[in-house]
Amino acid sequence: MRIGVFICQCGTNIAGTVDTRAVAKKAMEFPDVVFAVDYMYTCSEPGQKEIQDAISSHRLQGVVVAACSPRMHEPTFRRAVKKAGINPYMFEQANIREHCSWIGTDREANTRKAIDMVRMSVEKLRRNQALFSTQVAVNKRVLVIGGGVAGIQAALDCSDGGLEVVMVEREPSIGGKMAKLDKTFPTIDCSSCILGPKMVDVAQKENIRLYAYSEVEAISGYIGNFKVDIRKKATYVDWNACTGCGECTQKCPSKKAFDHFNEGLGATTAINIPFPQAIPKKARIDSDYCRYLTGGKCRVCEKICPVKAIRFDMKDEIVTEEVGAIIVASGYDLFDARVYGEYGGGRYPDVISAMQYERILSASGPYGGHIRRPSDGREPKEIVFISCVGSRDISVDRPYCSGICCMYIAKQAIMTRDHIPDSNCYVSYMDIRAPGKGYDEFIRRAQEEYGVKYIRGRVGRIYPRGDRLVVQGADTLLGVQVEIEADLVVLATGVECSAGARPLAEKLRISYDQHGFYMESHPKLRPVETNTAGVFLAGVCQGPKDIPASVGQGSAAASKVQALFSRDTIETDPQVAHVNENMCIGCGKCEQVCPFGAIRMKTLRDGSRKSEVLETVCQGCGLCNATCPNKAIQLRHSTDDQILAEINTLFD
Amino acid sequence: MSSKSDAKQEREIKIVGFLCNWCSYGGADTAGVCRFRQPTDLRIIRIPCTGRIDPLMIVKSLIQGADGVLVSGCHPNDCHYAVGNFYARRRMEVLKRFLPYMGFQSDRFRYTWVSASEGQIWQQVVTDFSETIHRLGPNPGLHQTVDSAPAVSWF
Ligand SMILES: Cc1cc2nc3c(=O)[nH]c(=O)nc-3n(C[C@H](O)[C@H](O)[C@H](O)COP(=O)(O)OP(=O)(O)OC[C@H]3O[C@@H](n4cnc5c(N)ncnc54)[C@H](O)[C@@H]3O)c2cc1C
Ligand code: SF4
Ligand code: SF4
Ligand code: FES
Repeated sequence: MRIGVFICQCGTNIAGTVDTRAVAKKAMEFPDVVFAVDYMYTCSEPGQKEIQDAISSHRLQGVVVAACSPRMHEPTFRRAVKKAGINPYMFEQANIREHCSWIGTDREANTRKAIDMVRMSVEKLRRNQALFSTQVAVNKRVLVIGGGVAGIQAALDCSDGGLEVVMVEREPSIGGKMAKLDKTFPTIDCSSCILGPKMVDVAQKENIRLYAYSEVEAISGYIGNFKVDIRKKATYVDWNACTGCGECTQKCPSKKAFDHFNEGLGATTAINIPFPQAIPKKARIDSDYCRYLTGGKCRVCEKICPVKAIRFDMKDEIVTEEVGAIIVASGYDLFDARVYGEYGGGRYPDVISAMQYERILSASGPYGGHIRRPSDGREPKEIVFISCVGSRDISVDRPYCSGICCMYIAKQAIMTRDHIPDSNCYVSYMDIRAPGKGYDEFIRRAQEEYGVKYIRGRVGRIYPRGDRLVVQGADTLLGVQVEIEADLVVLATGVECSAGARPLAEKLRISYDQHGFYMESHPKLRPVETNTAGVFLAGVCQGPKDIPASVGQGSAAASKVQALFSRDTIETDPQVAHVNENMCIGCGKCEQVCPFGAIRMKTLRDGSRKSEVLETVCQGCGLCNATCPNKAIQLRHSTDDQILAEINTLFD
Repeated sequence: MSSKSDAKQEREIKIVGFLCNWCSYGGADTAGVCRFRQPTDLRIIRIPCTGRIDPLMIVKSLIQGADGVLVSGCHPNDCHYAVGNFYARRRMEVLKRFLPYMGFQSDRFRYTWVSASEGQIWQQVVTDFSETIHRLGPNPGLHQTVDSAPAVSWF
């Protein structure tokens, strides 16, 4: 084989701590290497051209590039060598940047290490084989998990593009957090006025199939051909029959059910429709509160329902859908303010979360849009907002900024001053973070036009005095202690990953960070892709963000799916397992371990049993390879031979 | 100890690392991007999944002269192939117990789970393991280890 080696300087990123010239010189001594050179930016267009020119002038049959991580540029270089006529799998990349130049300062040690890494790549390449992809058909349907604003946007964009969409929403209605909001910053648009029509669209589009009150049970398959089991949770109401008239909710005698939509302010009936604009607008029985389901007596709704839709014997049901791509938009949850005992959240009725305050502000909320205190229904005059409750605080394992609280506090304070002009609004803040378009101006409006008083510093303690709350804290700008007697305290609880984010990630085989937010494939360049082909991200499940950013990601994910579906077939990865029938003894161990059912045992004409790999199903994990007692099954591009060659060359 | 540690300096320590592509290789990349300094003894081999690892590869590395072997993959339940690391864990646990019988100190082999976002943890893992191996010194090779490895000296 004739091998060419290209050492990238990556400006000074590599050359700063690795002697790239020396590495190239040393590479010339390695077996089969006929050409070696270092270059300023190998991934640049002239850099790629240099490789391509060398391939023709030196008749290269294989190429090693020592540069950044192959997780970054392997596809780039594979394309480049392919253009010059070399099979893309006759290429190896040594990671001398992330794994070498960036982590060590000792130039000599780094250079020795880089030489080793190039040597390993050369030895592996000497054992590479040309590999060829096959084509498999793409199922042009997309699954959207989560029906918040991000998921809705993604679903509608896909639907507009003519794709069939399956949407799975855990709650009885879509809409997510945005459906609960009163107004939205920075324009003070009415939230349900802008979201409502989109929700209706989801219900009306013929190519969107909505599974509300459902969850993803299991996912199998791979890009282009996923199989998804969906659990439709029992609602005890036949939604095909239910017209959403709401008669049952009028008559239900169990009136103390937890009102999830109103964040527990006020109560609802055991059989309920979560809110007037719910999509789908169907009744559901909350089995925790239903008198019949808990105590065996009642069945009032069954008698009332004009279309006889009540089904007390309903069970969860599993349905299976087949799709070619998945968009995850499972959103977020909010920090539990009770963690900060000193604020008295959960203990004092007039210390509430900002989401509860959104409900209080909303005309469809528990108090009809009149601002009242939960404790006694009195209109509050002194209102304190506390920012960063469960954000930017290492002591509660929330080191990150939730990104939205500064803005929604300003919004809520503006709305408060609007509703109650003779009120005083105070905001206790650490820093104000308002980097979006029109955002800083919005904060300024709150301060200047609406007279909201901003106090920089942390609140230390809140305690009751009479029927009011004493808020004690510091003003770090003036260097004084402050004490405010407040009627109402609103805690800006931070964003955290949605409950169930981790198990869902495990079903999807995608990664998440230490706080449970899903990992994008590249933080800058592949923000809505995941490392699992065919699975995309949108909205806050990927990290805290506001509505404009969530909608942007929803559209971005949809366009990625459309790009994927613009072809009828996709190329399979040829790095799959392969059986050498002469060596296979037919023990069937590989079939047992394969997590994907990609191996089938077959009987040859002479009666012997042999293993066979279904190449389009194989995901290339190599479990079979490690298991086979006879080493008859080998994972292409990661064969035993190749890995052992990498080891051996280190100790020659 | 002193004369022995002089001997240790004669040759560069080399540690072989087997990292799964989806988690730990990415974690090592993240550590690099964040410029988290690490010792330079580690030579990483990228494998699709820890389930790809045949214990033979670890033994082969030690026989060839590796001073340490580090295997790292996705956290249990997070394997890109769902279960690869469970198989790996079982195999490596068995191997760990066998190493002394083969004449290798079992401390020369370690496995960990590091995700693609855990750059800082990766830095710690590499630093800790490299320190351990430096303390053990160069792998004396099969024939000599028989006297020095306590587990087999009386065997
Ligand atoms: C008090 C407050 C006020 C705010 N005000 C504003 C504002 O004025 N302007 C602004 O831009 N932003 C505001 N925000 C931020 C805004 O709420 C978010 O940016 C936005 O809702 C994110 O949408 P999403 O679709 O990503 O997530 P979500 O709205 O959380 O939607 C996720 C959906 O997925 C569902 N789901 C979760 N897990 C699963 C699962 N496993 N299976 C199926 N479905 C699942 C959930 O039930 C939910 O319906 C505010 C936030 C708060 C807390
Ligand atoms: S490499 Fe082997 S075990 Fe893994 S998916 Fe392919 S056939 Fe199955
Ligand atoms: S494990 Fe190996 S020998 Fe056994 S059936 Fe599979 S390929 Fe054949
Ligand atoms: S892919 Fe990382 S351990 Fe299996």
